[in-house]
Amino acid sequence: MTEPLLDVRDLWKTFGEGDAATQVLKGLNLTMAHGEMSALLGPSGSGKSTLLTILGTLMRPTSGRHTMLGQDLTSASDEDLTEFRNRHIGFVFQFHNLLPDFTALENVILPTAVREGRETSAARARGRELLVRMGLADRMDYLATSLSGGQKQRVAVARALMNSPELVLADEPTGNLDRAAANQVMETIDRLNREEGTTFLISTHDDKIAARCRRQILVGDGQVTG
Amino acid sequence: MLYALKIASRYMTSNKAQSALLIFGVAVGVFIFIFMSALIGGLADYILSRTAGDLSHVTIEAEARVPSLLLPDEKGAVLLVQKKDTSREARLSSVDAFIPVIEQLPGVKAVSREITGGGFLKRGVQSAQVSVTGVEPAKVSAIINLKSYLVAGTVDLGPGKVLIGKKLADDMSYRLGQTVELQADTGISQSLIVSGIYEIGSGGPDRRQVYVSLAVARTLFALPQGVSRVEIKLADLYQADATTARIKAITGLPATSWTENAAQLLDALKAQAQTGLMLKSFALITIVIGIASALLLSTYRRRPEIGIMRAMGAPRSFVVTVFVIQGAMIGLAGGLLGAGLGYLVLLAFPGREAFKPGNLPIDITQGAYGLAILLTVISATLASILPARAASRVDPVTAIGQ
Repeated sequence: MTEPLLDVRDLWKTFGEGDAATQVLKGLNLTMAHGEMSALLGPSGSGKSTLLTILGTLMRPTSGRHTMLGQDLTSASDEDLTEFRNRHIGFVFQFHNLLPDFTALENVILPTAVREGRETSAARARGRELLVRMGLADRMDYLATSLSGGQKQRVAVARALMNSPELVLADEPTGNLDRAAANQVMETIDRLNREEGTTFLISTHDDKIAARCRRQILVGDGQVTG
Repeated sequence: MLYALKIASRYMTSNKAQSALLIFGVAVGVFIFIFMSALIGGLADYILSRTAGDLSHVTIEAEARVPSLLLPDEKGAVLLVQKKDTSREARLSSVDAFIPVIEQLPGVKAVSREITGGGFLKRGVQSAQVSVTGVEPAKVSAIINLKSYLVAGTVDLGPGKVLIGKKLADDMSYRLGQTVELQADTGISQSLIVSGIYEIGSGGPDRRQVYVSLAVARTLFALPQGVSRVEIKLADLYQADATTARIKAITGLPATSWTENAAQLLDALKAQAQTGLMLKSFALITIVIGIASALLLSTYRRRPEIGIMRAMGAPRSFVVTVFVIQGAMIGLAGGLLGAGLGYLVLLAFPGREAFKPGNLPIDITQGAYGLAILLTVISATLASILPARAASRVDPVTAIGQ
């Protein structure tokens, strides 16, 4: 049997203490295989964003077990989590979150550059290749602030793929785009999933976006309900 | 490191007005540092040149003679008060043999043998009490630079010549080339021609001191051999104590350092140096506070970007490095600008050779430019550590959500 890409068991997350304590995740279980393209669905406050944040190693669960690529991440140190995140996980946020003072190409190669401490020619080549695939060959040297919303989000997707991560977590990646731009972004994600086998977990409220994914994961009241 | 440098540079250039203002603020602090260094250093040199610089740094002087007493062979106590003989009739008879040895000591610039004593300068019915110093004509400016204080004539101390102070010349209405009569306290008189008039700027020497040649002094004070004292000028007057000890050890002569009689001057110079140090420290503290507060604001403004970098896998150390480099760059840029400004402004002041009473004795060569730049870069780097650490602790989830 093939080892899953990620596996979370009995995941709990509580914010606050005492009377103010709020349980967001309540014993959530989830397994994802390599190459999946999944939509994470659920009403606001159901725990989708918290789950993505924990899966992205940006936050620790209150309890439970979180493994990815066979590594137990719940007991890893901050330094180890940072390195793991850099090598194996990509992020696409609702608001592109590009560095405004940097060009499209500089934004794309950021994940490699912060790890290696410099912008290597290999990283630049990889960044250019990704931007070409995103249809942004003529926008490489544009500052992030001078790109359109759709272009920014495609740059963000390219950045998420820079280190060839096994898992890309996308939190409402098209939530801030018009339909045409949203379709463009989703087509890009779909193509990358099929061509490179990158696993995508996309949090969305949009049924049309969810319909483009091969698996829909429904979260409700802090648990996977379907 | 290179990538952190790139990000730090981009942060600097992305908001040019803010960066320029910050660098200018640092430059002002550096300018103050340099200005104070040049002023305090120049002032110290000026004071020393006007005081200890014109003194003998090491003096070998014959001990005052204490006459022996014949006490009556009777019972009972004898009470006697005797005023110490301050006249230097005693001679250093054996000093000549040591002169070449002393001249060879490291740091010794000049050695001058002198005969000193009291006397009266007479003109008609007028008479003025004076101190007479007989020096070797070639070394008339070796200890006190009389040549630089001349207001008339030359420092020629040939046979039958005398140099007098301006106040004395004014009081007695002496003019250059005039013949005066100098009577020593031995009762011996000699007619001398005024070859030069000097003005040191101090009432005592200008009114009561006259210089003659060693040969004239020998005649006046009836000293065919030996001298009253030997004055020694050093290249570095702060080495006087050490040189004095060496001379004592080598020659056994009673040498004294200028510092023994200049404790107040040394204290004043130390106090002045400490004042300068405090002012320079305040300038550095201003730089540190300015950079730390500006970088704290910068890290707050860039929290979302820091969050993104952290989310992309940038370690905390990388974030620290970015902001520490930014601090160092601001320090370096401000240091260089402040040093350049300082140098240009100090150029407007007269050089150390042209110091005059009433002017600010600012010495451009004592601006401590390199030290100012180095200390500024170090201070700026240290000042950036607190904001950089705060930046590295930014929670990426919270920051990205801002």
